[in-house]
Amino acid sequence: MTSELQRERLAYKRSRSRRSTLVALLSTAVFAAAVGVTVARAPGWPRVRQSFFNVEIAWRSLPAILEGLWLNLRVLAVCGVLIVVFALVVAVLRTLRGPVWFPLRVLATVYVDLFRGMPLIILLYLVGFGLPALRLTGVPNDFVVLGGAALVLAYTAFVAEVFRAGIESVHPSQVAAARSLGLGRRETMRLVVLPQAVRRVMPALLNDFVSLQKDCGLISVLGAVDAVRAAQIEQARAFNFTPYVVAGLLFVLLAVPTARFADALGRRVERRQGGR
Amino acid sequence: MTEPVLSVRGVVKRYGDHTVLDGISLDVREHEVVTVIGSSGSGKSTLLRCVNLLEELDDGQVLLDGVDVSDPRVDADVARRGMGIVFQAFNLFPHMTVLDNVTLAPRVVHRVPREEAERNALDLLDRVGLADRAGGYPEQLSGGQQQRVAIARALAYSPRLLLLDEITSALDPELVGEVLALVRELAEAGRTILMATHEMGFARQVADRVVFLDGGRLVESGPPEQVLGEPVHPRTRQFLRRIIDAGRL
Repeated sequence: MTSELQRERLAYKRSRSRRSTLVALLSTAVFAAAVGVTVARAPGWPRVRQSFFNVEIAWRSLPAILEGLWLNLRVLAVCGVLIVVFALVVAVLRTLRGPVWFPLRVLATVYVDLFRGMPLIILLYLVGFGLPALRLTGVPNDFVVLGGAALVLAYTAFVAEVFRAGIESVHPSQVAAARSLGLGRRETMRLVVLPQAVRRVMPALLNDFVSLQKDCGLISVLGAVDAVRAAQIEQARAFNFTPYVVAGLLFVLLAVPTARFADALGRRVERRQGGR
Repeated sequence: MTEPVLSVRGVVKRYGDHTVLDGISLDVREHEVVTVIGSSGSGKSTLLRCVNLLEELDDGQVLLDGVDVSDPRVDADVARRGMGIVFQAFNLFPHMTVLDNVTLAPRVVHRVPREEAERNALDLLDRVGLADRAGGYPEQLSGGQQQRVAIARALAYSPRLLLLDEITSALDPELVGEVLALVRELAEAGRTILMATHEMGFARQVADRVVFLDGGRLVESGPPEQVLGEPVHPRTRQFLRRIIDAGRL
């Protein structure tokens, strides 16, 4: 049974928090009204609304854009998996010791340096337009595949560095403990170092994933009919920018859950490390 | 006389210009408990890490059951299977349960089927008094409990030689007892142990032999009552006096 004193204190706290909520609601309403009135009374507003936020055009362009977005999502899924796999391989290659691995180590380093610094748009042009121009047998000429390949090339270099940072953040004493038990280098990497490394870099990886989500829209420069390209077609047809806004908002909507998930994960990692 | 389990011969270890071990020789026989004492920086930990081949020697040999395991042609991973080491900072794997920590080496290195490995591990955890924590993670345990798990992990593949590297130094004073009691049990069960420690009282009670290191050299060696009671070397006396002054003996 709580004491009279504690009950009185709780009642006071409750009344304070009710008051805070009320103040927040009121100030938000005033602020929103002020912004709304200012925007609506601005001289250019009707034209802005007409060319960027036209509900009718938005509705009409939505099916085509959604169909394009479905392509983006498929590219995202395939590229995401390939990037994680290749990046892990590159990161591990860079940590290999021993003379046999020297060429592979150098190759991995050169690859990362090259593709991390290269502007993605140039890479897209080179892979998307340059490769098919060689007319080599076996090179696909599907812009979606080529665009995806360019994305994988660029992002693998980035993500490999994230993984490597994670691998190097695992304390050497963990390796010593594993080796002292008789585990070989490979087993130590696979069973002791990598699981801890991946867990630690998860928030950074999710951040890169958000970045990849929107960069999937860049395959449109090759002519693949994705959400961005579909919006462009709709824009040209209606002579109105609303389709771009629709496509842009869809990408934002896509990124929000990942961003929130990354935040939650980051907080969890922080809590766990703080507790140690 | 039978072959010693461990024979360290003229081991030298340098880090840059600094010579940490300056020609150490030492034998540990079967069922013998040898404690290594000496001030911080005297080379105790380095000696154990050299024996476990975690450090490369700059000279000398480490023989395990008469086999020179410090030879670069010997597979260190295989040689290490004959030894278990417990570290000052526990070094449990934080992403694995207590049970997985203990069964890792038997499963992966010794190819023991999971079921059998887990049965043995639970037996071991029961002996260190932690069978009920098998499904938990290291971070959920106290320091003393973590160190007991680390000992179980080192014992899980029945090594010939157990290396204990200042295993109580990172523990709160009230947790030291539970870990030392476990080591005492192992000693009484006839384990062969080489142990670096600051716990002089414990060394006196449990060790068959005490070895004093100073500046990377083995200064004095003998039964505990002699080395700790009537040391002959001035450096040993000086070290012990400091320990007594600090109230640790």
